[in-house]
Amino acid sequence: MAHLAPTPVLEPGQDRTMILNMGPQHPSTHGVLRVLLEIDGETIVRIMPDIGFLHTGIEKTCEAKFYQQVVPLTDRIDYLCPMTNNLCYVLAVEKLLGLQIPPKAQWMRVLMNELTRINSHLVWLGTHAMDIGALTVFLYCFREREEVLNLFEMISGQRMMTSYFRIGGLALEPPLGFFERVGKFAGYFPEKVDEYENLLTGNPIFMMRTKGVARLTAEDAIALGASGPTLRGSGVDIDLRRDMPYSGYENFKFKVPVAQEGDVFARYMCRVRELRESIEIVKQALDGMPEGAIKADAPGIVLPDREKMKTQMEALIYHFKIITEGFAVPAGEVYQAVESPRGEMGYYIVSDGTPKPYRVHMRAACLANLQTLPKMCEGGLIADVVAAIGSIDIVLGEIDR
Amino acid sequence: MALAPAITDLEQLKTHPAVARLLAWNASVVAGVKFDREEMTIYVDRANLREACALLRDDPACAFNFLSDVTCVDWYPAEPRFEVVYHLLSIPKKERVRLKVRLDSASPAVESLTSLWPGANYFEREVFDLFGIRFNGHPYLRRLLMPEDWEGHPLRKDYPVEGYR
Repeated sequence: MAHLAPTPVLEPGQDRTMILNMGPQHPSTHGVLRVLLEIDGETIVRIMPDIGFLHTGIEKTCEAKFYQQVVPLTDRIDYLCPMTNNLCYVLAVEKLLGLQIPPKAQWMRVLMNELTRINSHLVWLGTHAMDIGALTVFLYCFREREEVLNLFEMISGQRMMTSYFRIGGLALEPPLGFFERVGKFAGYFPEKVDEYENLLTGNPIFMMRTKGVARLTAEDAIALGASGPTLRGSGVDIDLRRDMPYSGYENFKFKVPVAQEGDVFARYMCRVRELRESIEIVKQALDGMPEGAIKADAPGIVLPDREKMKTQMEALIYHFKIITEGFAVPAGEVYQAVESPRGEMGYYIVSDGTPKPYRVHMRAACLANLQTLPKMCEGGLIADVVAAIGSIDIVLGEIDR
Repeated sequence: MALAPAITDLEQLKTHPAVARLLAWNASVVAGVKFDREEMTIYVDRANLREACALLRDDPACAFNFLSDVTCVDWYPAEPRFEVVYHLLSIPKKERVRLKVRLDSASPAVESLTSLWPGANYFEREVFDLFGIRFNGHPYLRRLLMPEDWEGHPLRKDYPVEGYR
């Protein structure tokens, strides 16, 4: 929104070029991204993304809420991977508090996080293929995504805005039959990935639209702050789950897909392989799921069980105090980063010792990834901009916050 | 629930590679250090920020080659009022360090890091937009999220959460 009026951001540099406006209501911009293109014929001379249309001031809102009230806000930042955001926020607050989380809660968090990654990648795969012209894949992807959303609904009561992770553990015990249903999904999902790959990976039209298109070198990707598959697609081998583990990820064995070419196809291959790795992590989490509590033993921070609240006076007092006046968090600051489906999602939280955060800042992976768009597109064709935007996998809610 | 107390003594922390590198270059750059909750914070003098970052990026013992994040904290009404916060990540060493620059409200300006990391562009524009910090040498310092004609900087503490300003 920053630059709609009165002056255009881009002025034609020469007589032969013109300015083309794309978005913010263009279907291939995945929400409300506006892109200004300076074009010479069909070749792009300059390109400038314009963002801010979804800005809702979430960071400011957080400063007026208790710590536990921020959790539902984090869902709404990146609505395709709500639990990754929940996780990043609660890990940061737990680090501020110095809170230990029971193993079952940690494993459940990993399990749900990987399902979230599958959910997010399926939306990306469907829409990315649709942008390039392969309409069918969308329907296939949303078939499996539906099951993932059903699982979310089963465990948290919500399909998208789950708020399932809480400071100190999880909101609810997983319901009966949940693990069986996840197991069934994990059993048939790899075949479905084969199906998507049959439609796309060897498809000559898809390859022509993606191979060698929108190249990004490793040096440029690092310099521009890209992360996640956008960085790994350019041959940089880093994944925070493996390299700086959090929430018990060190207990899981998985490969980190890296591709060297740095084009749209490389990023596509990274994400599709990640789908397979994620389902492997889900299987490991199911097999090794520990028994025990799902909440840390921290009265005054974690809400007591319903049952205890009705029978024990202390529990009722704690419940009342947490809800009405929150809990004080020792002064300090932390930066916690997790590997979201899009890259490095980070929360920087500053506490001044009161029950409300002094400052919450979200490091949005997409914001940095979007900066690679000019490097990818300048000198290319207009039609390739659509492929490039799809391959970065942007979510405007996260960029604008 | 046991939190180790934060270490703020420079003597104890000067073996940290990033601190050691900065001290070896120019002892007056390091205005303070803090090691808290397993995270290293270095307060850097405002005038030398860009050179300090260039050192940390290019020195093989540090190799902080990735700028994760730039943000700001407003400590209104205290002075110096603003703290601009930089999070660096070393991809080869898998380590993080946090650099901070303190700015007073009279001249909230610091040198831009866009010449070292072009990716600082959007982060710095966001801080400019929401806090009103100026980044000298930034190629395109305009509002990023708020409308161009917006008055005020919403994340400052003297800006109300709701109602009229």
